[in-house]
Amino acid sequence: MKRNLTCIVCPMGCQLEVELEDGKVTRVTGNTCKRGEAYGIAECTAPTRTLTTTVRVSGGTQPLVSVKTAAPIPKELLFDAMKVLRKLTVAAPVALGQVVMEDLCGTGIGVVAGKEVSAR
Amino acid sequence: MKELDLVIIGGGPAGLAAAVSAYDAGVRSLLILDREQQAGGILEQCIHNGFGLHRFGEELTGPEYAARYIDEVKKREIPVQLETMVLDLQPLPDGSKLVTAVSSGGMLELKAKAVILAMGCRERSRGALNIPGTRPAGIYTAGAAQKFVNIKGYLPGRRVVILGSGDIGLIMARRMTLEGAKVEAVCELMPYSGGLNRNIVQCLEDFGIPLLLSHTIVEIHGKERVTGVTIAQVDENRRPIPETRQEIPCDTVLLSCGLIPENELTTAAGIPLDPVTSGAVVDQYRQTGCPGVFACGNVLHVHDLVDYVSEEAALAGESAAAWLRGESLSGESVSLIPKDGVRYLVPQQLRLPLKDDLRLYFRVGAIYDKATVEVRCGEKLIFSRKRPRLVPGEMESLVLKKSLLEGLDGPLTVGLSLEGESK
Ligand code: SF4
Repeated sequence: MKRNLTCIVCPMGCQLEVELEDGKVTRVTGNTCKRGEAYGIAECTAPTRTLTTTVRVSGGTQPLVSVKTAAPIPKELLFDAMKVLRKLTVAAPVALGQVVMEDLCGTGIGVVAGKEVSAR
Repeated sequence: MKELDLVIIGGGPAGLAAAVSAYDAGVRSLLILDREQQAGGILEQCIHNGFGLHRFGEELTGPEYAARYIDEVKKREIPVQLETMVLDLQPLPDGSKLVTAVSSGGMLELKAKAVILAMGCRERSRGALNIPGTRPAGIYTAGAAQKFVNIKGYLPGRRVVILGSGDIGLIMARRMTLEGAKVEAVCELMPYSGGLNRNIVQCLEDFGIPLLLSHTIVEIHGKERVTGVTIAQVDENRRPIPETRQEIPCDTVLLSCGLIPENELTTAAGIPLDPVTSGAVVDQYRQTGCPGVFACGNVLHVHDLVDYVSEEAALAGESAAAWLRGESLSGESVSLIPKDGVRYLVPQQLRLPLKDDLRLYFRVGAIYDKATVEVRCGEKLIFSRKRPRLVPGEMESLVLKKSLLEGLDGPLTVGLSLEGESK
């Protein structure tokens, strides 16, 4: 199987062609440097993304607090994670860096607040 | 009337960084004015990450990046007056500047020896784009939608077409998708996107959202609420091709068609602007045509990375401090002129002799592969650097050693020479 993707590591944006066999990368072409190869392999075997979103705040000066996953999570979990976080409400005050959820969708990765929201 | 050494107009990333560096260079009588309820500017609503890679070596979200600077401002006890909108800026005969603002407490007049302009930019609106059709609800700039979703917690629509592939539009395509909306397409008038590559991949390709290059919205439908748009491909003169018209049902249109520096105050003060950047003409100190008035950040030219805004603002802050100490920032003036593919240069002027190495920022007007950036004084080549790829969406910078620029006897030009072309 072949996959075509754009390398995002630098502004060159090389068009990579990744050859896969049984889920294993056998060859990366189109990259100009090593970083492109590493990106191509990661993207085709275990793509991850840092999820950033907002969760509700109760009793705060603002209705929402921005949050992010403490580390990148598997890409296919993005929508499941959104579903879970949509149901979450945290009580003000919220501190910057506060863990608002310990383990997101069984990844072992936490969700932390990206800003401060004081209590009303 | 209150008198201050330095007034900074705008408490976004530029204003905050300028204040910190002015303070660190010895300025103690200073004030930041901002019209919002909180400092941080647009970063507050940019909850995605990717900020600060250059400045802090880590990927921060917008609010996290802002918090770092807000902390620095607090540590130094630099006063920030919020919910205060500056209405006018006038140079006075004694060389100081009159800043007129309005706040909940009424009108405010400040006399400042120096001023830093850090008002940022705003989005091009529907009115500025001239899209025909009715005027239903459901048409927003991408930034307005971002504020609804990320600050207020409202989703502005469920089926979305985005016009323009600027970064905010791309970011909102992902954001609306994650929040449950369906983004039908992103239409880009140009044959390339002005957004960062990484955003095209992670905001569109990740979610299978089509990016239609050389396409535009030719009509918006709906009476009360948007019911759809007609899009069409455009020819090389950017005119819609009638046979390619196609209707897409949707309830929301987001506009991400470029940013315009907010220079009403600059114009009111009689400060000359660069018609390409729509920001003030500045020298290497970021001093404008009005002595003691400096400019930095998106009000000067639209940046794509906040890291460079902070860097430029720090320079403006230091310069304002030097000016307040009575150091000379004047000197023989030499122009910097963009040519051959380079759209603009910041700064536009040099004051000689240079005190430090010179960092130049520029943007190109199209995509160029394997180009050489050449800096010349007349025919004489002063500096050149090969670049594998230059794109309009990414601001470029280069540093010229002070020694290279000694004994300049005329304007400097910066242009591209393409491989295979002989000069
Ligand atoms: S392969 Fe290397 S040069 Fe090409 S885009 Fe990726 S990082 Fe940049």
